Amino acid sequence: MSRQANRGTESKKMSSELFTLTYGALVTQLCKDYENDEDVNKQLDKILFFCFLPRGYNIGVRLIEDFLARSNVGKCHDFRETADVIAKVAFKMYLGITPSITNWSPAGDEFSLILENNPLVDFVELPDNHSSLIYSNLLCGVLRGALEMVQMAVEAKFIQDTLKGDGVTEIRMRFIRRIEDNLPAGEE
Amino acid sequence: MAIFSVYVVNKAGGLIYQLDSYAPRAEAEKTFSYPLDLLLKLHDERVLVAFGQRDGIRVGHAVLAINGMDVNGKYTADGKEVLEYLGDPAHYPVSIRFGRPRLTSNEKLMLASMFHSLFAIGSQLSPEQGSSGIEMLETDTFKLHCFQTLTGIKFVVLADPRQSGIDSLLRKIYEIYSDFALKNPFYSLEMPIRCELFDQNLKLALEVAEKAGTFGPGS
Repeated sequence: MSRQANRGTESKKMSSELFTLTYGALVTQLCKDYENDEDVNKQLDKILFFCFLPRGYNIGVRLIEDFLARSNVGKCHDFRETADVIAKVAFKMYLGITPSITNWSPAGDEFSLILENNPLVDFVELPDNHSSLIYSNLLCGVLRGALEMVQMAVEAKFIQDTLKGDGVTEIRMRFIRRIEDNLPAGEE
Repeated sequence: MAIFSVYVVNKAGGLIYQLDSYAPRAEAEKTFSYPLDLLLKLHDERVLVAFGQRDGIRVGHAVLAINGMDVNGKYTADGKEVLEYLGDPAHYPVSIRFGRPRLTSNEKLMLASMFHSLFAIGSQLSPEQGSSGIEMLETDTFKLHCFQTLTGIKFVVLADPRQSGIDSLLRKIYEIYSDFALKNPFYSLEMPIRCELFDQNLKLALEVAEKAGTFGPGS
């Protein structure tokens, strides 16, 4: 993806702008292919595509392996630790930013990731006729897919977006449950 | 070669990749004239030597190749039955290679899912919670090293008991898997890995690990 920390043997760098532009092309193509923004949001977050290009959820379920293989992060013992790893390691590794974690719910099952600047929207201005488009919804899908592979069902959604005039971008994460079926051996 | 095989087992216990990287020893090739002075029998879809141990050919060895062409179970490369082919005087003299029967892909599949179950039993038997499961099995001829990721995929490497550096090799294989299998959009999750790049890079990693892994004392 965009910026990657030392890739070990073959350290390839890809311009983050190229990724941002590619992502822009993807979103506009989806906007052309689908009538309303709701469908595009769904597409960005979820599965199904006009071709086999994985994205959102599909990127997440694959990216988690890359993340675990390279980051040497061990098991997380609670949701707070997970939040820390997502913000400080994962976002740093793949997008080059470190969002802050705030607004913990009293039960400790919900938190917000505040992105000061979102590299996906560096050059984006949302036109009026796409006011309900959640441009970066891909990130929610990635988070959902990746955490599902480590036995955590979560809900992720944008509640603030700089594209819509908010001061910051905020992703709200809610822990739903631990996925107990298909548990790898040794993970009680 | 000090690293013998690599297996990748998915979450459900299905074998999704297997690579053998050794030339089996104890193979014997010999040219025969009619009639064949060995007794062959059909057993378990293979042609085995039943009687007539000689020149490195042992009872229980299977017919591996005829005239340099690998046989496929009880059939020759061009689809004829091996026993029928060897029964015809017109085909002699014939050169046959014998050796220990290799595991068929079906057997590998079965053994992999069996290992998956053993691994689960291993972590259940643990007195402490959250045991890692089987990390290593040791025999006199090889060591089996297993690494299970947090997502439940198992990477298994069979190597010479004296080979070192397997832990880092397993990590490396995990990286190769995430790079060349998962990032390939045409690879579907949990399915057998048939990616050229994955193959190439895995073989490269095995070579590097073999060269780097210094043998301990006694070698």
